[in-house]
Amino acid sequence: MSDAHAGPLRHHFATLQQQKESATLGMWVFIAQEIMFFGGLFGTYAIYRYLYYAAFEDASHHLDWKLGAINTGVLICSSLTMALAVHAAAVGKGKQIAAWIAATILLGSIFLGVKVVEYKEKFDHHLVPGPKFHYVPHAEAARAADPEIDRHSQIYFSLYFMMTGLHALHMIIGIPLLAWMGWRGWRGEFSALYHSPIEITGLYWHFVDIVWIFLFPLLYLIGHH
Amino acid sequence: MAEHTPHADAVDLGPHEHVVSPKLYVGIFAALMVLTYLTVEAAGHDFGIFNTVVALGIASTKALLVIAFFMHVRWAGKLVVLVVASGFVWLGFLILITMSDYLSRGFSLVTG
Repeated sequence: MSDAHAGPLRHHFATLQQQKESATLGMWVFIAQEIMFFGGLFGTYAIYRYLYYAAFEDASHHLDWKLGAINTGVLICSSLTMALAVHAAAVGKGKQIAAWIAATILLGSIFLGVKVVEYKEKFDHHLVPGPKFHYVPHAEAARAADPEIDRHSQIYFSLYFMMTGLHALHMIIGIPLLAWMGWRGWRGEFSALYHSPIEITGLYWHFVDIVWIFLFPLLYLIGHH
Repeated sequence: MAEHTPHADAVDLGPHEHVVSPKLYVGIFAALMVLTYLTVEAAGHDFGIFNTVVALGIASTKALLVIAFFMHVRWAGKLVVLVVASGFVWLGFLILITMSDYLSRGFSLVTG
């Protein structure tokens, strides 16, 4: 619908190529910042995991690794549908963009739904840090290995809620962004020549997937064996 | 838009984009699923300290696949590759230097 002369090229760029490269580069600078943002939490995790190794292993048993694995699969599926939405944009098929984005939103919502179930369970079992926190070790020997396991397991759950909570917040921000992109795709605002908004929304979504790829083994699987 | 428009001066033919085939995406997706299975399977065995090493190795491989293919960095320019790499290098600094500090102070399990 848009030809190369008018339409999407903003006046401060010389060519569409330059405009697209600027958008991609800008998004990657933002993502580099996001790596550092989450990096602070991963660094904190590394320190406390090293200091309270036994408590972390024991506390990890209180998470349901099967739900974590299902959610990992759901998120990887959503990355695939997102990649296919970007592909639909690259070949200029607006209605397909909307369909793949709808699938991505659905999968993202399933992920958040599972997360709600998991959080609810933590509230029910008094595993949310705070005055009502009450820790029952999974293994009998755990308290002997670490007499202060009540305090140390609370640090594990603080990190669990901070890390998965910040990750979930990113998804909660991502879903409306996706809906907006799907709407614009449906209306035919994107073409093979111009679809940077959908491309960089895709970068954001894939980044959120990568964060979870690290959270899953570090939080759910450390006491598995 | 026509893909093989004859070259014309002053006409912006748009970005020279590498359009990735959906088949490749499905292949990467399958690899990610297999690696997820492997990370669960590996966690079920006791390798001592190497459980963490294996888990982080698999997670890094998955992240690399997502970055290279889903996020198109494999086909991106050098500047983008530099920015992506710098993000992870700084993360490495953060964790490496912090941990070297903690490890060299000899804190043990029940400290603090």
